[in-house]
Amino acid sequence: MSEFFDLFFTFSRIGVLTFGGGYAMLPILQREVVETKKWVNDDELTDYYAIGQCTPGIIAVNTATFIGCRRKGIAGGIVATLGLVFPALIIITAIAAFLQNFAELRVVKDAFAAVRVCVCVLILNAVIKLGKNSIKDRFTLLIFFCITLLAFFTDLSPILWVVLAAVAGILVKGGKHE
Amino acid sequence: MIYLKLFYEFAKIGLFSVGGGLATLPFLKSLGTDTGWFTPADLANMLAVSESTPGAIGVNMATYVGFRVASIPGAVCATLGLITPCVAVILIVAHMLKRFQQNRFVKNAFYALRPASTGLIASAGMGVAAIAILTLDKFSQTGNLLDVVDWRALVLAAALFFAMRKIKWHPVVFIGISAVIGVLFHFGS
Repeated sequence: MSEFFDLFFTFSRIGVLTFGGGYAMLPILQREVVETKKWVNDDELTDYYAIGQCTPGIIAVNTATFIGCRRKGIAGGIVATLGLVFPALIIITAIAAFLQNFAELRVVKDAFAAVRVCVCVLILNAVIKLGKNSIKDRFTLLIFFCITLLAFFTDLSPILWVVLAAVAGILVKGGKHE
Repeated sequence: MIYLKLFYEFAKIGLFSVGGGLATLPFLKSLGTDTGWFTPADLANMLAVSESTPGAIGVNMATYVGFRVASIPGAVCATLGLITPCVAVILIVAHMLKRFQQNRFVKNAFYALRPASTGLIASAGMGVAAIAILTLDKFSQTGNLLDVVDWRALVLAAALFFAMRKIKWHPVVFIGISAVIGVLFHFGS
């Protein structure tokens, strides 16, 4: 039982310490899970991270599930994941409740109008960073442009574009190895 | 039943978003359009809050949207919805770790999924830019080409872009600075 508590609180702590999600989490995971708890080694952590990136879902959640599962099977995976999301649930709920009451204030409106501009730049930077890893040749460049335009100018669900891209990847690359 | 709908909608997002927190953004944009739960401006505000608070961005976004739609139970349902498919997929994959990683169909699918996910995020970013930097409604009233862009916002965006290249501060610092600039220069009006 104590091991489950340990999983829950260790991942809660990781959740509180991580600002900005997925990639920001790796150094903190390394310190908590590899160096302090010695639950996995560096190579295993890198493996989990790689798999977290190539399975659907939130990378941080995937990694927590993986490590929890390694320690204590399915229940461990669930406990570690709940630990990770627990602090966010409390912090974000508090902020959302606060903002709901103050959203009409002029100062809040002014602040958020400029913050939205900052968000654009942050997204642009993320796209540049992700693009460097994901756009490798003419085929991937074509996919990038097609999906960007289709998603922007149509109202169809992004699920459609994700499925189409996966099918295109398998059809174009066939059974070949990279 | 609003709670079931929240759980279901976020489970879909968890299942189809590939490549981390920001990848949920295009799905949320489409969810807002379909349900009317929040506007694109709300979404950009939520993203700013999610980036400025601890925790995974995708989880924070789910909690925020869930709370806005149906208070605390809504926040719980949306968050659980988001993580359920991730947990299920990983629990399955964990048992065949190496085989999954080296499967050529998985590799080739992800070879195309990654640029697609980048494209989806880019399109969501264009959506945010359209409300944060462009002033199309003003343009449609005046017909003056100079009114297409909010020039102050554009200058701020360019300044932030170059500042972020030079100084590797955490995004939350730039969000804070932007908020102060917004208040000082009345960006809301």
